[in-house]
Amino acid sequence: MQAGRKFLVGAALIVGAVGYLIAAGVRETGVYFLTPTELVTKSTADTTLYDLGLKVGAKVVPGSIRRDATQRQVDFRISDGTREIPVTYTGLVPDTFTDANDIEVIVEGRYGRDGLFRATEVLAKCGSRYEAAAEEARKA
Amino acid sequence: MTFLGQFALWAALLLGCWGAVIGFSGRWRSRPDLALTVTRSVHAVLLALAVASIALWKGLLAHDFNIQYVWAYTSRNLPTPYVVAAFWAGQKGSLLFWAAVLALFASLAQFLTSRRHAPLLPYVAAVTQSVVVFFVGVMLFSGENPFGRLDFTPPDGRGLNPQLQNVGMVIHPPMLYLGYISITIPFAFAIAALLARRLDTGWLHAIRKWTLVSWLFLSIGITLGMWWAYVELGWGGYWGWDPVENASLLPWLTMTAFLHSVMIQEKRGMLKRWNLGLIVGTFLLSIFGTFITRSGVIASVHSFTQSSVGYFFLGFLVVCGAAAFTLLYTRWSALAADVQLESMLSREAAFLFNNLILVGIAFSVLWGTLFPILSELVQGDKITVGPPFFNRVNIPLGLLLLALTGIGPLIAWRKASRANLRRQFTAPLSAGLLTALALIAAGMRNWYALVALAIAGFVAGTITQEFWRGTRARGRMHGEAWPVAFGRLVARNRRRYGGYLVHAGILIYFVAFTGMAFKRERAATLTPGQSIELASPYGHTYRFTHLGVSQYKDLNRFVTAATVRVERDGAPLGVMTSEKRQHFTIQGTEEVSSFEPSTEVAIRSDLREDLFIVFTGVIGGTEEADYRFTINPLVWWVWFGGVVLVAGGLVTMWPGGAPLGAPRRAQAGYGVSLVGVGDER
Repeated sequence: MQAGRKFLVGAALIVGAVGYLIAAGVRETGVYFLTPTELVTKSTADTTLYDLGLKVGAKVVPGSIRRDATQRQVDFRISDGTREIPVTYTGLVPDTFTDANDIEVIVEGRYGRDGLFRATEVLAKCGSRYEAAAEEARKA
Repeated sequence: MTFLGQFALWAALLLGCWGAVIGFSGRWRSRPDLALTVTRSVHAVLLALAVASIALWKGLLAHDFNIQYVWAYTSRNLPTPYVVAAFWAGQKGSLLFWAAVLALFASLAQFLTSRRHAPLLPYVAAVTQSVVVFFVGVMLFSGENPFGRLDFTPPDGRGLNPQLQNVGMVIHPPMLYLGYISITIPFAFAIAALLARRLDTGWLHAIRKWTLVSWLFLSIGITLGMWWAYVELGWGGYWGWDPVENASLLPWLTMTAFLHSVMIQEKRGMLKRWNLGLIVGTFLLSIFGTFITRSGVIASVHSFTQSSVGYFFLGFLVVCGAAAFTLLYTRWSALAADVQLESMLSREAAFLFNNLILVGIAFSVLWGTLFPILSELVQGDKITVGPPFFNRVNIPLGLLLLALTGIGPLIAWRKASRANLRRQFTAPLSAGLLTALALIAAGMRNWYALVALAIAGFVAGTITQEFWRGTRARGRMHGEAWPVAFGRLVARNRRRYGGYLVHAGILIYFVAFTGMAFKRERAATLTPGQSIELASPYGHTYRFTHLGVSQYKDLNRFVTAATVRVERDGAPLGVMTSEKRQHFTIQGTEEVSSFEPSTEVAIRSDLREDLFIVFTGVIGGTEEADYRFTINPLVWWVWFGGVVLVAGGLVTMWPGGAPLGAPRRAQAGYGVSLVGVGDER
């Protein structure tokens, strides 16, 4: 019985530590994941969202990519159908990031009061394009 | 062929339903003939799904682009091994692969299980058939039929995604699937034991090999996945805490917990409910992993596209979970522990903490993976957590777990005495301390890394001491030379020493992971002849000189290759080439680009560090190239740790060893007499 009780104390400590690590981890590393519409409406209502690290998931507006090859800077626009946000990014973009239609991207960075999103990371997803192509082929 | 495949799927569905319904009804208890039809239905389903698989392979190899799946994942210029592997490249094919392999495992389980467990087998069949029926049902009723045809026949297929055109991708998914799928067998035995109320350790013995098999496949699958991510995705690391990676880690964690806690049940008759819970949980996590991969509910670089299949999986997950835990609840009182924990200083207690931490890690990984969904449900805002979260939570927990790897084997069962502790811990603790001192003397000041490596030194001390004492005792007792004594020691106690080898593998992984704390990285744009320098964490200086860019056509792709000359402290190491590839398919006489361009990284690996060069782009029309140079320390040891781990796993499950029907102590793998390691008694 004695050992059992001691074990329960140890177990409570471990469970508590796991709980604390998770809670603190979420508090300190969690970032908002928003759509452009949400970002625009929320940041107007709550100005603390400006210049806060967050993620935005949207589609690249076809034909909007402008590359500045020498400085490795990329400017483009993202949209969820209702709102468009200009994005600027300095760094290497993934292979899947192209101007083709409906490329889904997740950009991570800060949204400035000037309405420009300064991305520190750009992730591109390409999956949906292939299925869309499948639909087209079926129709053809 | 598709007609035959289609027919085989329906046959499998009906046969499976028959087996599941009769199996669960329990009517076979008084009707041996019914029991026989249930177990035979398992073999019949295997036959049906084998036919379906052959039909799909025939379609793939015959380039029958009228079949939608063949068109979607292959092309005429795709090398044949990848055409064969395209079977599991897409959603529909992998569903069939899953069902067929499960049928194979189910059949083997019926065939290989000892007659002693015969009363469980029809229930086992009922569970495995239900899962097969679910997978076949998804194929037939949710529009995921691999035999679906197009209205016309395209001249060529779209080809396989270039990132999947890699040896790792040919073996990695099936290995992972084999792990996921084989978990169904222990789960089926657990449910069968509950249904039949045969809750002694019998069912545990029946599934011992199966749990090891699935654990081993999961380990191989995860390691190959890391390797694939490292050489193919080109972001410079091997583990990114992506939801799909996490999904593969989750069942591995709970299965690892089970492999340990099951020893306590065999040896001491404790933890019966916990073990059943772990097996059920592991099975649910394997289905959850598939759900995450398939549904697109969580954005991931690896995921298949969004489809309704996710809802089928979610439904199945809920039904299985509810049924299994209800069943467990109704048998609750029959599952009381035989004895109570006697002391905190006992191996039981060390194992219990090991279990808690493993489940704690699993919980945190699950929580972090699901957090975007949970936060949106509760708060209305989607909040994501990334690698910083997982590292923050799991590095401390992982180190604690690693320490337990060193502590567990040193503590006696039931209650350790002070003398026992002193005798066992002196050498390993000294080893840990010496490691720390040596590293500080060598100039290492990263405290996280120092703690990790000191613990690693301690664990290495434990493992060495165990092998050393066992060998010495055996050598003295039987008058054998050291190598003979060592070989026989391992051969006679496979579960124990195989287990230590697995611990050694885990230890090597941790040391290799620690190396990533010393990663060096630099991006640069270079004109031919221009060079940059990068200092390695060992104090060397690497010099990278851009030689030039060349373009040519290969097999099914256009290649742009950038070449770099590498020198270490002025001494030439040779040239490294990283490529950009643009794959194409041939339509008529025209070559049409398919897929996005992909990157082949250049990797130069040695025991201390990897040079990892990514050619990220060429500046329009010139030979000026963008590069990212990375020095990744100790990466080679990740793959080596994987090899050691797998070797240990194989030793553990190698047939033979303790004879069948040996006393319970011997089966638990611990009481095997070892004079000189008397603490075992």
